[in-house]
Amino acid sequence: MSSAPADAAVDATARARDFLGVTRLTNAALTTWLHGLPGVDQVGCEARAAGLGTRSIKNDSKRWAIDLAISMIDLTTLEGADTVGRVRGLAAKALTPDPTDLSTPRPAAVCVYGDMVAAAKEALGDSDVKVAAVATVFPSGRASVPVKLLDTKDAVAAGADEIDMVIDRGAFLSGNYLEVFNQIAKVKAVCGAARLKVIMETGELVTYDNVRRASWLSMLAGGDFIKTSTGKISPAATLPVTLIMLEAVRDWRDVTGEQIGVKPAGGIRTSKDAVKFLVAVNEVAGEDWLDNHYFRFGASSLLNDLLLQRQKLRTGVYSSAVYIADDSPSTAY
Amino acid sequence: MPTFEYAPAPESRAVVDIASSYGLFINGEWVDGHGTTFKTVNPASEEVLADIHEGDASDVDLAVKAARTAYSRVWSRMSGADRGKYLFRIARLLQERAREFAVLESLDNGKPIKETRDVDIPLAAAHFFYHAGWADKLGHAGLGPDPQPYGVVGQVIPWNFPLLMLSWKIAPALATGNTVVLKPAETTPLTALLFAEVCQQADLPPGVVNIVTGARETGQAIVDHPDIDKIAFTGSTGVGKMIARSIAGTRKGVTLELGGKGANIVFDDAPIDQTVEGIVRGIFFNQGHVCCAGSRLLVQESIAEEVTRRLQRRLATLRVGDPLDKNTDVGAINSRAQLDKITQLSEAGEAEGAQRWDNGCPLPDKGFWFRPTVFSGVTQTHRIAQEEIFGPVLSVLTFRTPQEAVAKANNTPYGLSAGIWTDKGSRILWTADQLKAGVVWANTFNQFDPTSPFGGYKESGYGREGGRHGLAGYLKGSN
Repeated sequence: MSSAPADAAVDATARARDFLGVTRLTNAALTTWLHGLPGVDQVGCEARAAGLGTRSIKNDSKRWAIDLAISMIDLTTLEGADTVGRVRGLAAKALTPDPTDLSTPRPAAVCVYGDMVAAAKEALGDSDVKVAAVATVFPSGRASVPVKLLDTKDAVAAGADEIDMVIDRGAFLSGNYLEVFNQIAKVKAVCGAARLKVIMETGELVTYDNVRRASWLSMLAGGDFIKTSTGKISPAATLPVTLIMLEAVRDWRDVTGEQIGVKPAGGIRTSKDAVKFLVAVNEVAGEDWLDNHYFRFGASSLLNDLLLQRQKLRTGVYSSAVYIADDSPSTAY
Repeated sequence: MPTFEYAPAPESRAVVDIASSYGLFINGEWVDGHGTTFKTVNPASEEVLADIHEGDASDVDLAVKAARTAYSRVWSRMSGADRGKYLFRIARLLQERAREFAVLESLDNGKPIKETRDVDIPLAAAHFFYHAGWADKLGHAGLGPDPQPYGVVGQVIPWNFPLLMLSWKIAPALATGNTVVLKPAETTPLTALLFAEVCQQADLPPGVVNIVTGARETGQAIVDHPDIDKIAFTGSTGVGKMIARSIAGTRKGVTLELGGKGANIVFDDAPIDQTVEGIVRGIFFNQGHVCCAGSRLLVQESIAEEVTRRLQRRLATLRVGDPLDKNTDVGAINSRAQLDKITQLSEAGEAEGAQRWDNGCPLPDKGFWFRPTVFSGVTQTHRIAQEEIFGPVLSVLTFRTPQEAVAKANNTPYGLSAGIWTDKGSRILWTADQLKAGVVWANTFNQFDPTSPFGGYKESGYGREGGRHGLAGYLKGSN
C-alpha cells in the first residue's frame, strides 16, 4: 500500500499507450481500439449460453462443483439498513457455513460497504476469508473523482482485501472511454495490495458489444477482476453477459499473458444456476479459472441453496430450508 | 485443483420397448414381408436392436394398393379440416411420446440425445402441427383456387434424420390429401416403425400411411411402381440421378433433396466467437451427417489463422461418446460403410497435401466413431473440397475478396446451403444474392423451421420442402 497514487495511474497510462501502440493515450485512440474489437452477435451469444446451460452435472461432478461454488462466493450484504450485528452474522456464516458439517468449504470473501470493513475484519479475525468493500460511491458512482478515491482509500485503510468499484456508466455511454479508464486507473492506484474488481453494471450498458468493450477497457486500466453488476439493477448477472466476459479474460490472457478474474454478481440464487456458470467457465475460459482467485459469485442467498444441495448429496434426502442456519440477508444481491 | 470432469449422465433406455423383430406396416396392420430380414444395429455399440423385414416388389405392390384404396375411398373424400384433425392428433402424440422417440432415435442412429431431444423430435412434431394448419386452407396458398393432390406418393428417406425426414415427407403429403408409401433407410427403420404405431394410436384410416422397410431394391420397387403418382426422395445425388432416370418418360411427379457441399463464408468483420460456434454447428452437428452441412469453410485470408486457432480450441471441448449421455456433443457414425467412406476421403485429403487436425479425444472401443476433424490448407481441386464427405470433417479454404468467396462457394456441382458471417447487413444481402444455394443462413447455420422452404440448386435436387413452397410439391400442376 505504499505506491504513490499518481505514479501508479501514470503506469497504467504508459502500459495502455504501449499496448495500443500510441504515443499519447487519447479518447480517440481508445475509441478506435475498443470499436475495433470483434462484434458480438446477440442471437448466437445467447444460443451458446443456453447450450452450455443444458449440460447435465451429476453425482461426483455435482458434489465437486457445489464445493467449488461455495468457495467462490463473495457473501454479500449491501443495504442501507446494514448494522455491525448483521455484518457479524454474515461473517459467522462465512466462517462456519454449515455447523452440521465442518468439512464445508468457506466462501472466498464477505462483501460489505466501506464503513463495515472494520467490523467484518474483526469478526473474521485471521481466517482466510477475505473482506471485500464496495467503493467509489457504490452503486451509482455519481460523485466527483476525489470523493470516489477517498471512499476507496477509506476502505483500504480499514483493512479491505478487495475493492469492488463501479465504472462511470454515464461516461462510458457518452463515449468518454478515457474518463472511465482514468477513473479505474486512479482507483487501482489507491488500492495498494487490495485486488480491484471493476463493476461494469452490464444491465445499464445493455448491449453485448458494450459489455465486451467495457471488459477490455477495465482490464487495460488495471482491474484484477471484471464484475457484472452491483445487484441493484436488473438484469444483473446473466449467463450470456458472463460468457462475453469469460471470452474477454481468455482473449486478454492470450494477448498479454495476464490472467484476470470474473465475478458475476446478482440474480444467481440456485445451485443449478451456479453450476451452469461453472460449466461456462470450464468450457469458455478454461479450467485455470476454476479457482476462487479468478472466479467469484457475488451472492447471498446462493450459499444456502448450495448448502441444501450439499446436504442432500451427503444424506440422500432434502432437508427443509429451516434446517439451514441462516444469518445471511433475505434479499439477494 | 482437479479438473471439472462431467460424470456420466445417461438418459434411461427404459422408456423404449424394442421388439425382437418388426414386420411391414401395410393397410394399418403389421404384416410379414415376402423378402428376407436384416438387422438394425446400434452404431454406438454394434448391438443388434431388431430384425427388420425387407419388403420386396410384391410387398410394395400391396402397400401401393392399400394406399390407392385409402386414397380413393377415404382420404380424397375427406374434408381438409378432417385431415387436419388427424395431423394435429399425430403432432400431439409425437410430443407426448417425445422422450421415447428421442431415445429410440439415438439408439438406432447414433446421434446424441441432446439433438434428438432438442432438435429432431420437436421439429418433427412442429412439421405436423404446421401442415395440419394448412390442410383446410389449401385454396388460399396461392396455388390456385382448388389445388388437387397427386394421389399415391412414394417416399424414400435417408438415415441422417430418420423421424424428421419422415415428417418432412408425410406431413405435407397428408395435409394436401395424398396417401403414402414410405421406405425408411435400412440402417434407421425403428422410429418410422414407432411412427406407424402412432398412426394406429391416432386412428388414422388404414392405408393412408404405409411403411415398407428395406434397402435399395425396396426403394427401386417403389420408384418403379406404375400406380405411384409422385416420388419424393431425400438422399445421395447418385441415387437421386438413378431415380430421375427411372421415372423419365413416366407421368410421375418428383421432388429430390440430394447432397451438398455447403460453403460457410466468414468475412473479416464477423462476430468471431459466434462464428466459431456457427462453424461447429455447421459441420459437427449430427456428426456432419447433414446434407446441408457447412463442410467447406471459406474464411477471409486475413483472419484465417485466428479463426483456425479458435476453432481448434473450441473443438477440444467437444464431447464425443455415448449418444445417450446428455452431455455428448458428437455421437457415433451411423454405419460401418459410412465410417469407411469418411476414413477414405480423409486419407485422400492428407494424400493431396491438406493439413489434418483432430481433437485427439478418446473414442469408445466398440461402435463406429470418427474424431471431429479439420483440414486446413485445402484448395478447390482437393477431393475433400469437392466431394460430399457426410461426416465430421471440415475443409478450410481461404479467399481474399467477396467476389472470390462467392466464386469459390459456387464452384461446386452442389447448391444446397451456404452461410455468411459478417457484421454488415448490406454484405449479407449482396452475398446471398450471388450464391447458388437453396438455403442461405446469415450469422447462423443449420437452423430449420417448418415455415421455411428447404431445397437445392443444381445437383442438390429440385423442389422445396416446408413452407407454402413445400405444399406445391404435393399438389398437381403447381410444382
